[in-house]
Amino acid sequence: MSLPLIQRSAAALAQALAEGETTSVELTQLFLDRIAAVDSDIHAFLHVDPEGALAAAAASDQRRAAGEIASALDGVPVAVKDVLATEGLPTTCGSRILEGWVPPYDATVVRLLRAAGLPILGKTNMDEFAMGSSTEHSAYGPTYNPWALDRIPGGSGGGSAAAVAAFEAPLAIGTDTGGSIRQPGAVTGTVGVKPTYGGVSRYGLVAMANSLDQAGPVTRTVLDAALLHQIIGGHDPLDSTSIDQPVPLVEESARAGATGDLTGLKVGVVTELGGEGYQAGVQQRFDEAVELLVKAGAEVVQVSCPNFVHALAAYYLIMPSEASSNLARFDAMRYGLRVLPEGVEAPSAEEVMRATRDQGFGDEVKRRIIIGTYALSSGYYEAYYGQAQKVRTLISRDFASAFEAADVLVSPTAPTTAFRLGEKLDDPLAMYLNDIATIPANLAGVPGISVPVGLAQEDGLPVGLQIVAPALADDRLYRVGAALEAALERQWGGPLIDPEKLDKELAR
Amino acid sequence: MSHTAPELLTFEDALERFDPAMGLEVHVELNTNTKMFCGCPANFGGEPNTQTCPTCLGLPGSMPVVNGKAVESAIRIGLALNCSIAEWCRFARKNYFYPDMPKNFQTSQYDEPIAFDGWTDVEIIGDEGPETFRVEIERAHMEEDTGKSLHVGGATGRIHGADYSLVDYNRAGIPLIEIVTRPIMGAREKAPAVARAYVAHLRELLLGLGVSDVRMEQGSLRCDVNLSLAPAGDGSLGTRTETKNVNSLRSVERAARYEIGRQAAILAGGGSILQETRHWHEDTGVTTSGREKSDAEDYRYFPEPDLVPVAPAREWVESLRIALPEPPRERRARLQADWGFTDLEMRDTVGAGALPLVEETITAGAAPQAARKWWLSELARRANELGTELSALPITPADVARIQALIDEGAINDKLARQVFEGVLAGEGTPDEVVASRGLAVVSDEGALGEAVDRAIAANPDVAEKIRDGKVAAAGALIGAVMKEMRGQADAGRVRELILERLG
Repeated sequence: MSLPLIQRSAAALAQALAEGETTSVELTQLFLDRIAAVDSDIHAFLHVDPEGALAAAAASDQRRAAGEIASALDGVPVAVKDVLATEGLPTTCGSRILEGWVPPYDATVVRLLRAAGLPILGKTNMDEFAMGSSTEHSAYGPTYNPWALDRIPGGSGGGSAAAVAAFEAPLAIGTDTGGSIRQPGAVTGTVGVKPTYGGVSRYGLVAMANSLDQAGPVTRTVLDAALLHQIIGGHDPLDSTSIDQPVPLVEESARAGATGDLTGLKVGVVTELGGEGYQAGVQQRFDEAVELLVKAGAEVVQVSCPNFVHALAAYYLIMPSEASSNLARFDAMRYGLRVLPEGVEAPSAEEVMRATRDQGFGDEVKRRIIIGTYALSSGYYEAYYGQAQKVRTLISRDFASAFEAADVLVSPTAPTTAFRLGEKLDDPLAMYLNDIATIPANLAGVPGISVPVGLAQEDGLPVGLQIVAPALADDRLYRVGAALEAALERQWGGPLIDPEKLDKELAR
Repeated sequence: MSHTAPELLTFEDALERFDPAMGLEVHVELNTNTKMFCGCPANFGGEPNTQTCPTCLGLPGSMPVVNGKAVESAIRIGLALNCSIAEWCRFARKNYFYPDMPKNFQTSQYDEPIAFDGWTDVEIIGDEGPETFRVEIERAHMEEDTGKSLHVGGATGRIHGADYSLVDYNRAGIPLIEIVTRPIMGAREKAPAVARAYVAHLRELLLGLGVSDVRMEQGSLRCDVNLSLAPAGDGSLGTRTETKNVNSLRSVERAARYEIGRQAAILAGGGSILQETRHWHEDTGVTTSGREKSDAEDYRYFPEPDLVPVAPAREWVESLRIALPEPPRERRARLQADWGFTDLEMRDTVGAGALPLVEETITAGAAPQAARKWWLSELARRANELGTELSALPITPADVARIQALIDEGAINDKLARQVFEGVLAGEGTPDEVVASRGLAVVSDEGALGEAVDRAIAANPDVAEKIRDGKVAAAGALIGAVMKEMRGQADAGRVRELILERLG
């Protein structure tokens, strides 16, 4: 007996469309119905676009009837993180300051999705300007983890991960600056990929930290991620930092990996990313997964990346520095929120800017603007921004020498499973530590994937394993990820996410 | 505060006690087809906010892409100024808030300019004739222009006191090259003249490179004059002021001269100079205080992460160097020799900013002296009346050459030519169209002309007698009478011939 449509992978849905089992309009409507039914509990979406999605679905069905499909995923709907510009559809970045802004243009990723025929269901919730690891910093209220509604779905892309985990969308796009795709993937039992920096265009991605941001797939299977990666990846003349090379052979690698043979592959376990500070149940599932890799024929070696201990500090200088400058444009002069200061007659432009930024930005955003402004200030620049860039170079060197010993590196994606809402809201440092294992890949520009490896014994919540590959070798993520996924699903007897359990949680 | 000291020291007194040091910052708008970081047209004019896109409006998510042609122009400018060209350099963000800056940072270059460590020789006319002055170039870097603010209401046209402000983002993102000199020292009383000569020289050089329209009146070349004084012979650098947007050659000289006098008065009175920007007032010829810069502005520069470094291939740079046009001084010497101009004629031509116009006129077929004559007399007078620059007059070198050709063909004479100039400048069409529509062609109908000559001889028997006696010079009076009757529309040479035929 086959699964209900909304529970199937995107690859399976593409097959159902190809075989005429369903239509894109029917499928899109099913997901819109699911969103209508459960999103009041999960709050994965900030904007849902039934009209636009159904119109795109109808166009897809027409294409298919005429025997022309635009891509392997033509007609399969997708959700898009609200940090990517969508023409005609609001784009708030989870911030008050962009309330009501409707971009006059599409991000390149969005343009590619449309061109490939994927109906866009809507825009997903996120920490304001992608600043956070819990989606609690959204100005429009938090997203709840479908596994346990009192838990965070990770962040900043909690909306995309929760939507996919709760079958509100088969596919989603996230963005990852320090782990915002991979960490939500880990805590929601979904697959999240941060491609090589420059592998996917950033044009139209509202930047938090330009030198770290990267858009990527959020899915329930490794193959789905590869299919989506294939569509959004590639060179874009509008993004000077995009790589002028073909997309790595990710789909082929995912299919090859699914056969389960990793003979000849060297897997490096990063000593610094595990052990102390990592939840016991997380470490346990990770260790078991590494055993499975060995069983699949991989050779496991320990590698040391001594400079990773400085990664968090460097990240929290570079990211806010770039962010402080990026966010300067939100000044109420041209778009978005405009607040007139109270009790001021004929306020000056500066007074309007001040009042708008005061009310339009949340505390976490202000915190980072202040840190970044300070770090770039004359007299401090060398000590902070300059030093952080040196650390960045050292971290890249650590990766380079680790990749001499191993083809891929593995670690737990996040040190803990999903924590409770509110638990770390007043402790920014504890919040920042969630990204300790994911940040090094952003600093070095190398690709990473998080795949679900089971539930932690102590709380029954999902655990993710991160695989990191050298720059441009994104295909390796898919090979190893698919092999691991196949081995685990054999153990589990199916996917990690149990729809019955999920619906029980939602009914609670 | 002493900086409001009303008295000026005379220029001579000021220089007796102080040595001026000057730094000149020139912003040049490039004439590329598209903007610095996007594909929008970069031409002047256009309805406000029609030449914009997400990138030059700084919309969230938009990204810049470097205009390769602008990089090429920057390198050529650097080479023409004898600069080293960076093998690797980056853009940087200059962060500050202003409503006409779409991103609230300007994408510029900071410590890695595309061109650096150059020099150029400028010529001034001293008491003992032409004198060469070497100006050292610290750097030339690439950046984008800001939008243009229009402050409506209020008395000053500045933002303070305005009722509201409008911003036109058509200008936002137009490629700019900023050329910065090292402090120019030791010019003493010639400092203002050197400042003017440098800007004039730069204009000529940029025009020769074909990289900019260099129209100061349209803002495609803008000059900031930084000036400080130090006690005479001291060799140090004093506190400087930055006089912004001095937008004509004459103003550059006047502003430098004014600041020398103003600062000298303050220093002589025991005061100190406030580091600040100042505004130049063309009408009153004074500078007034602008923004204070005492607690040095912090632009929080950092490398632009949305752009990759610019690393021009050495072979490319060399090919650009080889293809550079002749430098202005060499070019002037060659042209002077070709045209047979005296030193004075050449100097006047250059000084009036007419060199390229005269050259194009000659290229279009006019004799050198004729070309020079029209631009430096008739047209210079008109430009002066209109308060504009020669190059801004609505007449092309080809038009001037055509008018001269009409004279050479005998179709019109000098006097009629002035009317043709008037017509072309008034927008009545090409020289030929003006001649036709105004009916200015010389009367070449021999019958009508012969009758007029006969009448003139009959009316002036005494003069006719003198000519018969061999006093040919007296023919002038008869020619004048004929020309008057023909209302100027006759070829004076032919009239003379007809008179001598009859009386010779």
